[in-house]
Amino acid sequence: MQIDWQSYDPGAFHDEVIKRPGAPRSIAADLAGYLESLDRQALDEKKLAARLAIKTMGISFTVYSDGQNIDREWPFDLIPRIIGAREWETTRRGLEQRVRALNCFIHDVYNGQKVFRDRIIDPALILDSANFRPQCVGIQPRHKVWAHICGTDLIRDENGRFLVLEDNLRVPSGVSYMLENRRVTKRVFPELFENHRILPVTEYTQELFDMLASLSPRKQAYPEIAVLTPGIYNSAYFEHSYLAQRMGAELVEGSDLVVEDDQVYMRTIGGLSRVDVIYRRIDDLFLDPAVFNPESVLGVPGLFQAWLKGNVSLANAPGAGVADDKIVYTYVPDFIKYYLDEDPILPNVPSYRCCNDSERSHVLANLDKLVVKPANESGGYGMLMGPQASAAEREEFARRIKANPRNYLAQPLISLSTVPILGEHSAEPRHVDLRPFILQGADSYVTPGGLTRVALVKGSYVVNSSQGGGSKDTWVVMGEGDAVPGS
Amino acid sequence: MLSRVAERIYWQARYLERAENTARLLNVFSNLLLDLPDRTTLGWNDLVRITGASEIFVQHYQNANETNLARFLISDPCNVSISAMLANARENARTTREVMPTEAFEGINELHYYAQSAAGKADDRSARNEMLEHVIESCQQIFGMLAGAMSRDAGYAFVRMGRALERADMVSRMVDVGARKLFAMLEDPAAPPEFAETWQGILWMSVLRSQSAYQMYRQHVRRRVNGEDVVCFLLHNEEFPRAVIHNLTTVSKVLPRLPNHGEVAELVNLARVELKHSHVPELVEHGLPERIDHLQIRFAAIHDAISRTWFLPRV
Repeated sequence: MQIDWQSYDPGAFHDEVIKRPGAPRSIAADLAGYLESLDRQALDEKKLAARLAIKTMGISFTVYSDGQNIDREWPFDLIPRIIGAREWETTRRGLEQRVRALNCFIHDVYNGQKVFRDRIIDPALILDSANFRPQCVGIQPRHKVWAHICGTDLIRDENGRFLVLEDNLRVPSGVSYMLENRRVTKRVFPELFENHRILPVTEYTQELFDMLASLSPRKQAYPEIAVLTPGIYNSAYFEHSYLAQRMGAELVEGSDLVVEDDQVYMRTIGGLSRVDVIYRRIDDLFLDPAVFNPESVLGVPGLFQAWLKGNVSLANAPGAGVADDKIVYTYVPDFIKYYLDEDPILPNVPSYRCCNDSERSHVLANLDKLVVKPANESGGYGMLMGPQASAAEREEFARRIKANPRNYLAQPLISLSTVPILGEHSAEPRHVDLRPFILQGADSYVTPGGLTRVALVKGSYVVNSSQGGGSKDTWVVMGEGDAVPGS
Repeated sequence: MLSRVAERIYWQARYLERAENTARLLNVFSNLLLDLPDRTTLGWNDLVRITGASEIFVQHYQNANETNLARFLISDPCNVSISAMLANARENARTTREVMPTEAFEGINELHYYAQSAAGKADDRSARNEMLEHVIESCQQIFGMLAGAMSRDAGYAFVRMGRALERADMVSRMVDVGARKLFAMLEDPAAPPEFAETWQGILWMSVLRSQSAYQMYRQHVRRRVNGEDVVCFLLHNEEFPRAVIHNLTTVSKVLPRLPNHGEVAELVNLARVELKHSHVPELVEHGLPERIDHLQIRFAAIHDAISRTWFLPRV
């Protein structure tokens, strides 16, 4: 295998590296030239080196339906994705703006509900939502922030413009893979790093630690921070352990914690030890069997009450998921205007709300052209890809939409941008999305770039690792004379 | 440190050490059998006995021969094979990654994959030796990384305790089998007396080799290898890092780093004092196997106390 950009054809899609066969974009010209200069043997060696690195470093993820084999190697493509620093600076500001507005909205929903009185959004859409937690009404979390860690999915359309696809405010995952992808790329392509000014991503764990520490109810130099994991069988266990390790925080399971007198403690070799901040990686409903799902063995009885009393901080706060809903998503541009009095920097994908009669009629009449998404699923499950679906599948979705219009949203199929991956015999274009991570505590922080997920199957739009997706290192690259973004 | 994490670190160290010891044992045993004048006196059955897994073995295999033993101890899915122990070590490491030096985890992970892929090497003697040596080297390397990068806090204390107890236990088993064999031979009227001395020498030398103790022994004991000296060296030598007493001392040295260590310290001390005051020449004459049984009961009690003190969830 040797790469020849002349025979690389992105077709009608926006390819981020190659404009048209043989013509790399200026920002990726060095990368394209370098890759073309590698002969077959060199490319094979690089591929092998990357696989070995992933195996040795133990970068893995878990697949639910996999039965025995719970731990799989992380699928990774060698060719980095490149984003210009100037474009990124705008995107970064757009993401910060979005998360600020989302936090204002969540705080408002649980404190005052001005947004309903001003008729910005129909209260029924929120109060009937599966993610609205009546138990959280009246709570004032520190800094009035509910969603401390947000993973917002971005896509590029056929013109290369970034659009927001969704906001993940519950327990977004993937950041450890972003960090590990960079480590692997450094091992495999050290020579590339000499010729590019690539913004580092490694400070994420430090930023995360500082943000979590800023939530501590006790004012002390070393607040006790714990990462709460459902355990080794969770698909993101690698990440939980990774983040705890990089932050020097304790990685705890529900059974490691105990609540006494509304204080949270860990069981340690020296007895019980107080916990200040919990970065919880389990869903609201499993947090506390005394308040939510009584069947939950993952959670800690009394945890919610301890949080209510302000004796422990939870990130993200219970109830933050009320804004992680594909219908609420369609209102985010309105929230930005309403709460911040600013124009949205990053546009949404145009969306049809099935709860609205005229929009629903349009959706039902155009199911073969639209993507239909349930409001509350994640991981790409339960979607209808209209153009590729069978007539029977479309009928099934029409039935579901009519039965529960509130639960569905439809969007035109956006022609996702492509980037090259190293295929068996040549470089081939594949569709990608991007998940940057946004932190908000006392201050905010956005990862430079984020996790690029790539659909490894030709023509596919499904980028989820649980469904055959892979990932790429993502470089935010400074050109001549660019200032460091955010500084 | 979380109780759960402490427990996993402790077991990870035990499994790693056990995998290393099993590799040593198998390696030395293969060589020993080639040297023995009369192969019927010492058989593969004895190896099964040392590992303490006779019951599991007879459930899965009909004959205690070289191939079956090698497969059983290298790749059998049951809990006593090297690959199963390394899988356990890795599983424990995977759940304690956040407190372990990254390179040590990577080492364990790599070794686990190696052992999984090396299952086919059980049947061929030279491939097997190479595999076993790689396992021994890697375990040493991993413990080296832990020693070189872990703070001397509670976490490292559990690594050291796990390793020391596992070692003490395995060395005592080796001594036990050596001693039992010796008696069997001395009492066997069919055994030609002229071979007895040579045979003894070879047997005890192998016991020493399995513990990498031969060189140190020679420096320490300057006469012909004999049972009494070897037993004395492996049980009583404070300086030799694989000797039983040295490992008990190691445990008592790390205990002050841990809270509530009173009960464990008492039990360790009891075992040390008993061991110190046992008179080896007398024991070798008679009563050594009983003495070793007693020692192993002590080890089990120490383990139980460790578990009770630090691992069990307490509210």
